[in-house]
Amino acid sequence: MNVPNNLKYTKDHEWIKIDGDTATIGITDFAQGELGDIVYVEVETIGETLDKDEVFGTVEAVKTVSDLYLPLTGEILEFNEDLEDEPEMVNEEPYDKGWMIKMKIANQDEVKELMDAETYKSHIE
Amino acid sequence: MKSTALNPIHHQLGAKMVPFAGYEMPVSYSGVNIEHETVRQHLGVFDVSHMGEFFVEGKEALDLIQKVTTNDASKLVDGQAQYTCMPNETGGIVDDLIIYKFNAEKFMMVVNASNIQKDWDWIHSHNSFDAKLSDLSDEYSLLAIQGPKAVEAMQSISPLDLSDIKFYHFEVGEFGGAQDVIISATGYTGSGGFEIYFKNKDAEQIWTSVLEAGKGHGIQPIGLAARDTLRLEMGMCLYGNDIDETTSPIEAKLGWITKFTKDFINAEALKKEKENGPSRKLIAFEVLDKGIPRHDYELLNSEGESIGHVTSGTMSPSLKKAIGMGYVKAEYAKFGTEILIQIRKKQIKAVIVKPPFYKA
Repeated sequence: MNVPNNLKYTKDHEWIKIDGDTATIGITDFAQGELGDIVYVEVETIGETLDKDEVFGTVEAVKTVSDLYLPLTGEILEFNEDLEDEPEMVNEEPYDKGWMIKMKIANQDEVKELMDAETYKSHIE
Repeated sequence: MKSTALNPIHHQLGAKMVPFAGYEMPVSYSGVNIEHETVRQHLGVFDVSHMGEFFVEGKEALDLIQKVTTNDASKLVDGQAQYTCMPNETGGIVDDLIIYKFNAEKFMMVVNASNIQKDWDWIHSHNSFDAKLSDLSDEYSLLAIQGPKAVEAMQSISPLDLSDIKFYHFEVGEFGGAQDVIISATGYTGSGGFEIYFKNKDAEQIWTSVLEAGKGHGIQPIGLAARDTLRLEMGMCLYGNDIDETTSPIEAKLGWITKFTKDFINAEALKKEKENGPSRKLIAFEVLDKGIPRHDYELLNSEGESIGHVTSGTMSPSLKKAIGMGYVKAEYAKFGTEILIQIRKKQIKAVIVKPPFYKA
């Protein structure tokens, strides 16, 4: 199971890459494996400011649908529009081309509460 | 949790295993889309040993079967199979199943895994005939070998002429090095092939020979996820989703297996329902907007009023379109009718179509 050390994680199987006051968010290798073939990622919250743990989108796999929870409070800046044509990138490259959104972090204190790679690994074991 | 005789092999193959109907079953091996495509284009093998097998034997075996099922089993010749269902007394369906006729005094009923105990109790409670029932579900394994290459690929492991077995017919004989194998030209995919019943002790050997024989034909093991997308593309019902104790065979468009030429449980009420027309009907629909229908999502008319609900839905791997089935009020059941599906906060368009969705 691929769990890169440079990322942060949530119990909902999302990864967060922190870059100053912006964060890039996607779902983990474990999550894409559990969902199976992903056919559609829906994010219609661009420009909205949401609280931590609010639903910012949904991911539809062939067999199931799952909500996406915002790991930090802040504004949704951008959706990875390449996923409209190639949703399978979430399966193939969950940490690279399969990223989902970029957001502006409103409260840096929340970043400290995220899991590191080691903690996440024990969470999925 | 129960497991099939092939359970260790699925683990070795790295299958994703899930609990299903009390069994630990493989849901996928390499991914639902690729597995689906493999069956449509080449050949796949499914372990569906969780299904139940009841044998009905004796002078009045047929009488019992005629009483508890809707289709007319008296029409069967030896070596023929029939899709049918068991109605309950309140207008619904106890289970859907396949009946196999070996001879006038020996039949097999193949039932859904989740209903084995319920079906057994039900049939027993109606057995006022000279018929002996035995539940051999735990002794029999079942492989579905499905896809356009099935006959060609499997011929090398059986002395029987497999191309001679007509659709919904079966033979009993040698297969994959084992004896007394039931080789049935049936399936739940719409891509042709066989369902093979045999004793658990032969499971590993048959599995290995099937994979070996299919090697040059692109055979792959296929999980329950693709089994579901394959059957849904054909518009076939899944018990627990599209039919259950509250849906009648008439509503479910199973009129073709409901024969009023004979007496069976609740026949009178079902006949009346057929004559008057059911108040709701099971329909198939294709989604026109973006979104995937799921079990229990609400269906609406174009004015936004509730007219029913989704019973099965998926992204069709062959058509690359979202498809589904569901019940709607009868007046909305015509092909070509546009309806709406409530998906979370949105309403998306769909159109009612004539199944199957996938035409080979």
